[in-house]
Amino acid sequence: MSAFFAVIRRDLILAFRRRAEIANPLFFFILVVTLFPLGVGANPKLLQAMAPGVIWVSALLAVMLSLDSLFRSDFDDGSLEQMLLSPHPLTILVLGKIIAHWLVTGLPLLVVAPLLAIFLGLPEQALGTLLITLVLATPVLSLIGSIGVSLTVGLRRGGMIISLLVLPLYVPVLIFASNAVEMAGNGLAVDAQINILVAIFFMSAVLAPLPAAAALRMSVN
Amino acid sequence: MSIIPAFIVRFYHKTASPPFFYNLSNKLLPWFTGIFLILLGYGLYAGLYLAPTDYQQGDSYRIIYVHVPAAWMSLFIYVVMAVAGAISLIWRMKIADVVLISSAPIGASFTFIALVTGSLWGKPMWGTWWVWDARLTSELILLFLYLGVISLYGAIEDKRTASKAVAILALVGVVNIPIIHYSVQWWNTLHQGPTVTKMDKPSIHLDMLIPLLVMATAFKFYYAIAMLQVARVEILIREQNTQWVKKLVENK
Repeated sequence: MSAFFAVIRRDLILAFRRRAEIANPLFFFILVVTLFPLGVGANPKLLQAMAPGVIWVSALLAVMLSLDSLFRSDFDDGSLEQMLLSPHPLTILVLGKIIAHWLVTGLPLLVVAPLLAIFLGLPEQALGTLLITLVLATPVLSLIGSIGVSLTVGLRRGGMIISLLVLPLYVPVLIFASNAVEMAGNGLAVDAQINILVAIFFMSAVLAPLPAAAALRMSVN
Repeated sequence: MSIIPAFIVRFYHKTASPPFFYNLSNKLLPWFTGIFLILLGYGLYAGLYLAPTDYQQGDSYRIIYVHVPAAWMSLFIYVVMAVAGAISLIWRMKIADVVLISSAPIGASFTFIALVTGSLWGKPMWGTWWVWDARLTSELILLFLYLGVISLYGAIEDKRTASKAVAILALVGVVNIPIIHYSVQWWNTLHQGPTVTKMDKPSIHLDMLIPLLVMATAFKFYYAIAMLQVARVEILIREQNTQWVKKLVENK
């Protein structure tokens, strides 16, 4: 347990030493959302209808692009090997790294997402649901993504492959999260979607570190 | 342990040895080819000629004799890959790796065939090449899962590591396929009403069903033939420094 917190602490410290890197996914998120009105036109009705999807797709891409930093520097400087050799279970250490990664990349998205939602004209009653779906589902993106990165961390150019591996697995999260926001915008009940997101969250929290740890062992040797 | 008869266990262990598998496939291939050709011949004849014309769709429904078996195979092969992946991770069986990676391109092709024939059928029936129907969408995502397996295997240079990686990926994928399928179905029913006239199935007529099942069996044999041929080449490449492969080459 202490090793678990030590990993989180270490990763957070490392992240705060390189603040520019934390800001990158956030800027990317804001930029992609800004591109949509420029691309499809500034018709408020259209933007309002598209808002949940646009925000969710952008959040998904932002998290996906930041995934590479999850294990990359540890792999390069050899600390990943130390983690593999340590007596602590690797799944716990991986889970700690994932949580630290979410705190650095997922959490900032929560702060800007409501702002962007208002820019796109999302009804105010949907903002709460948007936040709930982000809280529940961005950790899932980091968890599932960790499997993809740990499979490709040994590769020089893993970037494009990660998207092919990870995006299909993101489909359920995208469907339920953006649908919940859309329903909330129309004033409908969203209990079912939220319940399913909670289920997906717990399932991936328990299951995702296992293949990720196995894949790391494979990538390193 | 004694639930499984000893000769099956012995056979299973033997199959794990590459030379045995190679020779076994040598013996099986002509038989499989023969059975495949007979089934395909009968299936096509019965499906395209003997089966009655559909009262609603006319003759265009006959594409199901390719489309439906291909769609079934696309799921079946992914499950085979996941089982092979589990076997290779748990028992470190080399042949399971070979089966896994040899199956991937074939499965991707079947998925592609199912998508293309589906859209060819959709044009006259639905009036459009593509709709974001639940089945079409999840089939498309399945195609991406296959492509992910293929490109991951291609990207990792050390093939033993690559085999392990795709085994893990196939297992992760197979857990996700039902979740993806049901979420897509749910999304579909929420987003668009029944604007598309679905092929309602008034319990398909026996004369249409039998050719369909025959074709499905023929496709299974085709898969076995194609997979074994790819697997044989893969085995020879992997075992090129062993005695039995050198002997094989000298005797040729």
